[in-house]
Order: sequence, then C-alpha cells, then structure tokens
Amino acid sequence: MATILAVLIDGIIYASWLFVIAAGLTMIYGVMRILNMAHGSLYALGAYAAASLAGTWLARGYPPLGSYAMLVLAAILVGLVVGPAIERGLLRFTYGRDEVVLVLVTYALFLILEDLVKLVWGVESYFVSEPYGLLGNVDIGPLSYPVYSGALVLVAAAAGLGLHLAIRRTRYGKLLTAVIHDREVSAALGIDVNRVFLVTFTLGTMLAAVGGALTAPTVSVVPGMGVEVIVLAFAVVVIGGLGSVGGAALGAIIVGLVRSASVHFLPEVELFSIYLVMALVLAFRPRGLFVAAEARKI
Amino acid sequence: MRPSTWCRLILSSALSLALAAAAPARAQAPAAAPPFKIGVVTFLSGAAAGPFGVPARNAAEVVAEALNGGKVPAPYAQKGLGGRPIELVFVDEAGGPVVQVTEFRNLVQKQNVDAVIGYISSGDCLAIAPVAEELKKLTLFFDCGTPRIFEDASYRYVFRTAPHATLDSVAAALYVTEVKPKLKKIAGINQNYAWGQDSWNDFEAAMKALRPDVKVTTSQMPKLFAGQYGAEISALMSGSPEVIHSSFWDGDLDAFVLQASPRGLFKKSTALLSAGETAMFKLSGQIPDGTIIGARGPNGVFAPDSELNRWFRAAYNDRYTLWPVYPSYRMAQALLGLKSAYEKAQAGGAAPDQERIVTALEGLTYESPAGTVKMAIGKGHQAVQEAAYGTAKHVGGKLTIVNVKRYPADKVLPPEGVKSADWIKSSLKPVK
Repeated sequence: MATILAVLIDGIIYASWLFVIAAGLTMIYGVMRILNMAHGSLYALGAYAAASLAGTWLARGYPPLGSYAMLVLAAILVGLVVGPAIERGLLRFTYGRDEVVLVLVTYALFLILEDLVKLVWGVESYFVSEPYGLLGNVDIGPLSYPVYSGALVLVAAAAGLGLHLAIRRTRYGKLLTAVIHDREVSAALGIDVNRVFLVTFTLGTMLAAVGGALTAPTVSVVPGMGVEVIVLAFAVVVIGGLGSVGGAALGAIIVGLVRSASVHFLPEVELFSIYLVMALVLAFRPRGLFVAAEARKI
Repeated sequence: MRPSTWCRLILSSALSLALAAAAPARAQAPAAAPPFKIGVVTFLSGAAAGPFGVPARNAAEVVAEALNGGKVPAPYAQKGLGGRPIELVFVDEAGGPVVQVTEFRNLVQKQNVDAVIGYISSGDCLAIAPVAEELKKLTLFFDCGTPRIFEDASYRYVFRTAPHATLDSVAAALYVTEVKPKLKKIAGINQNYAWGQDSWNDFEAAMKALRPDVKVTTSQMPKLFAGQYGAEISALMSGSPEVIHSSFWDGDLDAFVLQASPRGLFKKSTALLSAGETAMFKLSGQIPDGTIIGARGPNGVFAPDSELNRWFRAAYNDRYTLWPVYPSYRMAQALLGLKSAYEKAQAGGAAPDQERIVTALEGLTYESPAGTVKMAIGKGHQAVQEAAYGTAKHVGGKLTIVNVKRYPADKVLPPEGVKSADWIKSSLKPVK
C-alpha cells in the first residue's frame, strides 16, 4: 500500500515537471504548426537564467525566500526577451512553409542556442540548490518529500487550468481557436494572425523557461541539459496528440505514473518503459489520444 | 552564372590558395625535432564537460606545457618526449561512439597524430579499441572504466593507463565490510550503461562473496543524464538499506545528491559514491558526514605526498585556481606513461618509431602524481594501481576525508588472464 502511494506521488511530481515543459511545446505546435526542436534549449535558458539570478540574489545575502521570485522572474524575462526575438527575427520568415522545413529551422536554432549558452555561461556547472530544501519536508509514511515538489505540482495544475480557461473562455482564446482552424480565413476576417503567433510563441517560450527555472534548484545546470528533456517532451505530446493541451496533461500523467511504477516495481525496464507506452498508444491511435481523425485535405 | 556556381568557384579557389600557402610552410619546418602530435579526446561539451572533460583537458595542457618547458620534477625533467616538443590537438568526446569513431579516423588519417590519449565514456572506449587496432595507431585510454576492453579482446596498439572499474567496486565492498561490520541491507543506483552496470554487478558480486547474508533491497538503473530521480529516491528510501552504492558521475551525481540530501536519504542510509571525489568540493554542503567517497584509485585527496604530486597540484592550481580532480590525475598519468615509454624506447638513440614505443609501454612500471603505475595485466596493456576509499567529515566548515583505507592492487584487481567476474567469485572469501 505504501508503495502504491509512493508510485502515485512520485508519478504526479514527475508528470507535473513534464507537463510544464510539454505544454509550451504542444501549444506552439497547435497554433503555429511548428514542431519546435529548440524547446529544450529554451528550457535550458530558463534554468541558466534562474541559476544566475537566484544565485546572485542568494550570494548577496538577500532574504532566501526571495529566491523563488527570482526563479519566476528569470522565466518571465527569458520568455519576454527570447520568445519575441526568435519569432520576429527568424520564424516569421518561414510561415507557410512545409512543416519539415520548420523542423530543420528550429533544429538549427537549437544548435545555435546550445552554443550561445556555452558562449555566455561556459561549460562549468551552476548550482542554485537552496530553494529546493528551503520550504521544509512533508513526511508520508517512511518517505519524505520536499514541499518544493508540491509547489511544482501546483504550478503545473495552474498552468494547465489557466491555458484551458484562456482558450475556452476568453475572447483571445476564441481568436486563437479560429487561427488554429484556418489561418487564411481568420486573417481575412480581420484577426491579426501575426500578433496571435507572437503571443503564442512568447507564452510557449515562457512555459519552457518556467520548467527550466523550477528544475534548476534540483540539478546542476550544465550544457546539454535541454537535449534529454526535449526527447521526453516529444514522447508526452505524441502520446497526448500533437497540439492538444489536454492531451499533453494526460500524456504527462501516463508517462509519470508508468515511469514511477517501473522504478518501484521493475527497475530493469525503466529505460524503455516510457517508449513502450508511446509505441502502444501510437499502435492503436496513430495521431495520439486526444486528436480526432481528420479527413485528408487535397 | 548561378549563385551556387559562384560559391563553389570562390570556395575552391580559396581552398587551393590555402593549400598552396600551407605546402611551403610544411617544407620549411625544422627537420631536427618535429613535434610529437597527440590527439586528446575528452568531453568539452555536454553534461560531462564541467566535472570531467574540462579538468582532464586542463591537466593535459598543464602537463604538456610543463614537459615542453622541462619543468616537471624527476624522473620527467627531460624536455618534451625525449626532447621532442609535445603538440596537443583537442577533440570533443560528445556525440556518442559513432561520432567518436569518425573523429578518431579524422585524427589519425587527416591530422596525422602520432598518438591518441582519450575517452572518458566506456561506450566510446569499446568502440574505439578495434578501430585503433585496425589503423595501427598508439592509443591510450586515460579514464574509461569497463573491464571488458582487455578481458574480451587483446590489442597491440591500445593501452589503458588507469585501472578499470573492478578496482572501484571491489575496494568499495572491502571498505564497507570493514567500516560496517553488522551490515544487513544494501541498495544501488547506477546509470544504465556499461560503466554503471559493470560497477553495480562487481559491487553486488563482491558484497555477496564477502557477506553472503547481505540482502539487496533495490538496484536502480536510471538512464544516463536522466536528471530527475524523485521516484528512485523514494524506492531507495522505502527499503531502508544501510548502504547505497552509486557509481554516478557528472551532472547526474550532482543532481542525485541535490535531490536526495534535502529528502533525508543520506541520514537514513550511508551513501557510497565511488566517483564522488569530483563532486565533493562543489557539493560539500550537501554531502553529509559519513558518506563514503572514492576517487577511482589513489587520485586527488587520496594521492601520495610525493614531489611529483606536490608539483602537479601546485602547477594545476596556479593556472586554474582549482585543485585537480581524479580525471586530471588520470590525464597526467596517461601523458607521463607515454613519455616514460617514449624515452625507454629511445634510450639514448634516435627518435623511436611507434612499434618501439608500443613495445616499451607493454608491462612498463612508472611513477605518476597518483603513485606507482604498473602495466601489469591485459598482456601488459592494462594498468594496475592501489585503491583508496575514505569517509567524508566536515571540519571547520570544510569537507575533509577521514578513515582512509588503502588496498594493494592485487587485492582489488584480478591477476593476468583472469576475468573480473570470475575472480571476484573465486578469490573473495566471506568475512566473519
């Protein structure tokens, strides 16, 4: 029983972490039809910015609780600076091209950003571990979990719910849905598609950066940290269905629980458990769980 | 003319110009002592760069420069390699075995290096060894751990100047049995690839041989560079083992310690970090007293107090304001092994060819900052050294190592011609 509880808790924490990263990826794809290979780099940028900002904050001896504000600020800054820069400076020249071309463009962007990170921060590792333990622990049976992990779950839930409400209940969400369904007709009806794209990409970038910033206290921030994440995030969004935020949530929960169960019961299969689930889902629903079959357009 | 044709024309003319410029330069080089060109392959990017690859590269630079300047203490006072200056060509080890095989061919066939020193990842070593043999190029592995290289094959041109992973695991088991005489339960968390699997298999086998009644609560095998270990830490905690064995290294080690320490894992169980030395200073706040730390041989804090070691630490610290960690020691060890072999082959005569250097290196005994190195097993191609483990203790806010125990090479490594797995089963006897 205690093990089942541990599987659930570990699974949900892991799922929350995955969801924050995958939500931005799937949103950008849903609206802009861009499979953003550079999403992992945006996550890494968030982590680096968080390590630098929160690290400086703590090194100056300011109140440690403020380091949480620094983590969030870092993510917002990365979103507001890097998001528009990439969208206006690069992506807008590629709209309307084939999706495969965009994969290549964002792959190039990924390589550029990886090197940019090394130029700015070097190859040493950065640490900003204080925020992880600062809020204390909660003991559940023989196990002890940091409150920080609970906060991560809340952030993920808030992000998911916020996105859901924003898309379904606001005027802007309706414009967004229109653009998703038909870019050209929306433009003809007077929707500023370019602005929708700019906002979407900035928001997606910010979500990736939030993921990175909140991960920074639990790892050493090193070059290449975004690469591992992008593979996992792709698995999550593919399981859920590309472009669906609800699908990303379900995908993250499935991946989180499967991984956690395999760690507790069958550690030998952990390595491929996630991809086994992905293969199974795709075998029965080739477009993912949440995407309805679509008539082919000629 | 189309733009692409223009581009091609400009490129090709630039290329021919460059070639024309390069040719006379080569002809004018002094014929007396051409540099000995060494390809040095370590991680310069990716998660392994900061804690491993860069300290190794730094050591290569410090040692090669000091050797060229004749500044290294005896027996290495002669300049360069027997008077020939050393030239280093650095290559990034990132990208996996397929990329590395290409890079290796590039080093040998295009850059014409005289020898290659490199490889931190066991996967890369396993892939490079047969290629080095095929290309007949003297190759010294300086760090990678897997025992399989010389146990499953034999090579003429491939050497490893550091002991393999069996030393780390067997010495860990010996240390644990000594300091925890009432041990009942152990667990492990190791990376799911050659190094992690070999480390755990050897440690588990050694523990079972030394203490047949010890139970394994769980053996976690997360993916390399997984980064998030929440579930693994829960699984480790719920079994309440007394000792947790981990051969984690690089950013994974940092992340594991950063995530496990706040959750109190290290208070309930003693962590044994067989490669912990690389992280012990930067994570000194997270590593609690009692953690068992290894440095993969007598490196770093375990190195002997010799003139060579004092020089190495000072020279490294002067240049990088950091202390050398075990990958740095192992890189220095590889370069000094090559120098010893070169000068033995030369023995007062003319510059030796590769065949004579290879023959000289086989079975060689030489000194390194980490003490005496003997190329004793793997038909003279695999180094053996003593092993050392110690326990972390904070003294005045600084992390130090106490209760250091050393094990001679023949107690932690199999003799010539015996496979590690068989040797562990046959030679380690239960302790009372």
